[in-house]
Amino acid sequence: MIDVNEEECTGCEECVRTCPEGAIKLVEEVANVDEDKCTACGACVSACPLDAIEIEIQAQTAGDLSEYEDVWVFMEQEGLFEECESGGLKPVGPQLLNVAKNLAEDIEGNVCAVIVGNDIEDLYDKCASYGAEKIYAVKDESLETYSTEAFTSALSVLISKHKPEVLLFGATHVGRNLAPSIAGNLGLGLTADCTGLSIEKKNGEKLLVQTRPAFGGNVMADIVCPNTRPQMATVRPGVFKPPEQMEAQEYEVVKEEMEAKPDIPTEILEILAGEAVEENIEEADCIISGGRGVGAPENFEVLEELAEEIGGVVGCSRPVVEKDWMPKARQVGQSGKTVSPKLYIAAGISGAIQHKVGIRGSDTIIAINTDPEAPIFEIADFSIVGDLHEVVPLLTQKIRGYK
Amino acid sequence: MEFVVCVKQVPKTDEVEIDEETGTIIREGVESELNSFDEYALNVALNVKERLEEDTEKEINVTVITMGPPQAEDALIKCLAIGADRGVLLTDKAFAGADTWATSLTLAKAIRSMKKEVDLIFCGYEATDGNTAQVGPETARLLSLPVLTHVEEVLETNLEDKEITCKKEIDKGYIKIKSEFPAVITCITPPEFEPRIPGVKEIMSAKQKPLENWDHEDIEAEEDELGLDGSQSQVMETYAPPSKGPGIKIDDEPEVEADKVLEFLEDEGLIG
Repeated sequence: MIDVNEEECTGCEECVRTCPEGAIKLVEEVANVDEDKCTACGACVSACPLDAIEIEIQAQTAGDLSEYEDVWVFMEQEGLFEECESGGLKPVGPQLLNVAKNLAEDIEGNVCAVIVGNDIEDLYDKCASYGAEKIYAVKDESLETYSTEAFTSALSVLISKHKPEVLLFGATHVGRNLAPSIAGNLGLGLTADCTGLSIEKKNGEKLLVQTRPAFGGNVMADIVCPNTRPQMATVRPGVFKPPEQMEAQEYEVVKEEMEAKPDIPTEILEILAGEAVEENIEEADCIISGGRGVGAPENFEVLEELAEEIGGVVGCSRPVVEKDWMPKARQVGQSGKTVSPKLYIAAGISGAIQHKVGIRGSDTIIAINTDPEAPIFEIADFSIVGDLHEVVPLLTQKIRGYK
Repeated sequence: MEFVVCVKQVPKTDEVEIDEETGTIIREGVESELNSFDEYALNVALNVKERLEEDTEKEINVTVITMGPPQAEDALIKCLAIGADRGVLLTDKAFAGADTWATSLTLAKAIRSMKKEVDLIFCGYEATDGNTAQVGPETARLLSLPVLTHVEEVLETNLEDKEITCKKEIDKGYIKIKSEFPAVITCITPPEFEPRIPGVKEIMSAKQKPLENWDHEDIEAEEDELGLDGSQSQVMETYAPPSKGPGIKIDDEPEVEADKVLEFLEDEGLIG
């Protein structure tokens, strides 16, 4: 997998010192890689001062597929970009533990949580309370904030040593950066944004059937990765429901070390204030979105009141962000966030294709628009032809009265 | 300096439908377009090029590259008209049916075959047909390069230290992040983006710009590691999404409408 250019190598041993697996030795003054130990983490490539090492681009062969067992879930922490207080788990992790439980039963394996970070011990109990039977952990200072390199390297070590059958990631900003980086690193198949996961047993193989939408939701596809392990998929927040939190059962913790300091080429400089939002609308159960029809930034107040009454958050469509009425972080749609809440209320949104694509995963859609022909009505479960400025405040009042 | 922009020609997503009988995608009559995220990525690359050329008098060469059937040339010609300097079309039967892994491998091998140090590789964050957002990061790993995903804007380019500073989207807002380069940057389109519309002159001069066709031999790849054969994921089946059936529609007095919504929310167990 690792290719050393023997003519350029001067035997400086920089790679030998860097390799976290101890897989490189000097043989006749030239770096020599022990392929059994090498995990292709790439540490030596960046360490080599002469650029004499390249990762040869090729897929891994999984070898004996029966060696792979268990279902792993990557448990992302909050605050990996220092944008908020760290310590908690992103909600998508427990949701994935819930689906992992069914998959683990089908393959007769364990449900395992994967936690990498610096301050992680407090999370073990939490993961177990959501059903994790085993915890795989890498604790290191270099994992305090997110970097593709350190996280990819930590996960690659865990995967190579402990061989999971299935590995799931939340399709968060981190997950959508990390999962394909691992796939690229280890030559693995990966399926993005799955809305359904199940196991199909075939000739002794346990295949993860990954269901996902494509072409803006007009097509569904069932995808398998028969030749590589682990079988990896990402899932958007909110697609699966979290399990009920229970008292943590007994669980096992398997700890691995980052043996070498990863070379991190990126640095987080600052959080851009003013554009941050308290809630991540991708994780919300209920979203009240406003469009051009809201008319003015101050009119969002009626949506905020409804959101407060019903326990939701406020989102918006693209024209609203273009007009600077709302920050981009609240934008729903193709160039904004794809959401899958239990309830989506679209108020004064006409329903451009790009917006519809972003809300297809919602369980229930209610749309309010003055135009009886508004395209948003095509995908709404409940359509109201009317003026949001009249209907929404009335609805808020009625919900308040109902309680 | 050398920049590469990876682009894709995609079907217009709102026109794609599934043949309910066969479960296959109906492609006939569906128009193609340049993936909108890639058009934005090209725009980011050109902004950086123009800024640097003005400040440093360095010449920057922007190559657009795509993998696809011969007609994907149209996407490249559009990019050349918008302002790219050179086009490379990766077209070969061996490339067909590629998943994200095989696509990334093809792009990585093609970029390596350019035999020049590429300073920055720009990709759209995702393609509007597959929506995986995987090809950028996978290509970066295959080239052992850093990757910055979800980048809305390049804020600074420091040639001396070979560092680039970007505005990057995260789950709850934005951060400013710095990276060494060479690097791969995947771009998300901000709402205020105004595409560059090429004029007649640009469209004419695009035809004079170099546009090469490369096959698997040009990128020094074996046929069996490419396309469908080289793919790690396999599509078992495609089908139409389950339809919900038409919803309820009402057009009445606001008071009545509000009552009916409340009733609906109650029936669906969404309040209380």
